[in-house]
Amino acid sequence: MPSLGADMEAGTLVEWLVKPGDWVKRGDVVAVVETQKGAIEIETFQAGQIEEILVNLHSKVPVGTALARIRQGGEGRAGPTAVVSAPAAPTLPPAVPPGVAPALRPLVGGPAMGVRASPAARRLAQERGIDLTTVTGSGPVGAITYADVERFWSTAASRETKRPSWLDLNAMRTAIAAAMARSKREIPHYYLEHQVDVTICEQWLVQTNATLPPDSRLLFAALSIKSVALAVRRFPAFNGFYRDNKFEPASAVNVGVAIAIRGGGLAAPALHDADRLSLAELMGRMRDLVQRTRTGRIRSSEISDPTITVSSLGERGVETLYGIIYPPQVAIVGFGKVVARPWVVDGAIGPRSVIDITLSGDHRVTDGHVGALFLAEIGKLLQEPSKL
Amino acid sequence: MNDIDIYKVLQEELNNIAPEIDMSGIDPAADLREAMDIDSMDLLNFITALHRRLGIDIPEIDYPKLVTLDGAITYLRAKLGSIKV
Repeated sequence: MPSLGADMEAGTLVEWLVKPGDWVKRGDVVAVVETQKGAIEIETFQAGQIEEILVNLHSKVPVGTALARIRQGGEGRAGPTAVVSAPAAPTLPPAVPPGVAPALRPLVGGPAMGVRASPAARRLAQERGIDLTTVTGSGPVGAITYADVERFWSTAASRETKRPSWLDLNAMRTAIAAAMARSKREIPHYYLEHQVDVTICEQWLVQTNATLPPDSRLLFAALSIKSVALAVRRFPAFNGFYRDNKFEPASAVNVGVAIAIRGGGLAAPALHDADRLSLAELMGRMRDLVQRTRTGRIRSSEISDPTITVSSLGERGVETLYGIIYPPQVAIVGFGKVVARPWVVDGAIGPRSVIDITLSGDHRVTDGHVGALFLAEIGKLLQEPSKL
Repeated sequence: MNDIDIYKVLQEELNNIAPEIDMSGIDPAADLREAMDIDSMDLLNFITALHRRLGIDIPEIDYPKLVTLDGAITYLRAKLGSIKV
């Protein structure tokens, strides 16, 4: 049972996604655990074959308890065994941002455990928040197929279950309150603002998207996240955690993406290794992340390891956003909406598309001087969108 | 496909994005982004869904024509009509 927060003492196992004999690789989601903060998908940090499930469904066990035994190594060979999750616990930051995915209740309750359904059907049901016990299966032995779930989804009978009722917005608000209050109590913020001409980004996006089908089109947010991810490589003091009175730089760049949830929720799960993804990959991952966050399926690592956060207001809203740092992170970069402004280019005034980029920095780690250089670097990177 | 069928498709796809909204209460001339609190990611998902479901190409430059229900019906009717011919 991994620790998913400093205050977490125990978790309840509500769903096993693997069974003995299954092969898993690092990062596979193997189980769903319910904590005080909601349901979290648990990933394995060990590859191998599941040998034994050690914790039964609906058991509540303390943090550190082994959940399953994994046999490592080749087929049939008795290799060393490892244990799901327990080794991973120490690598998680002790103070997980409590506002993230705080209130996701399990999609699949007790009765659904016995339901026969294909993995694809389960995935679709999870994505759309459908309770499989309410779906009629047409497959072998009454198993629910992908097509059954799709059919169910399109019927009026499913209308009620489409509501993401497992997202408890009140609990999420409590968690946001705790994280933000801690941030304002502990982190001495400083704020910088930089106006950047992004006309070239807009032109590049129009040209690029004109050749792409809708599911491959890029949004400006992909450019902004990538530019921040590349900029922190040069300015690593903005990427990491402040813990035990000192800054620990992170080796990976996992950009937390602030995602608004309909009805008044907010989560900022990580887009892993954002600096190493192509724009197309980053866009695909971001779409997936937004979709899963809004339907209540965030993974354990996405909650625990954002190293810096990016918050974008999008095309509506206002021009400037002053972010509050998510502890134990040390910086948040805000993007306002792009607006047309009179702008001086080569000595002449003309209309340009301009965006306000802000930095909220932790003064215990960095100063305004390096913060300004960091923001300027983001602005520079945005002048060459094709190189992002 | 007549206007009622097109409206049904629009209603279903918009409800996939915003399940809590009663579409019958949406003014057909209102900007859906404002009326339904739809962001650029939602809009892209909406366009992707229409593209997949109706098999029509919707270039980005046409997005502004799709931001009201009336506009979307007119646009899709023209697009679907031109496929038949």
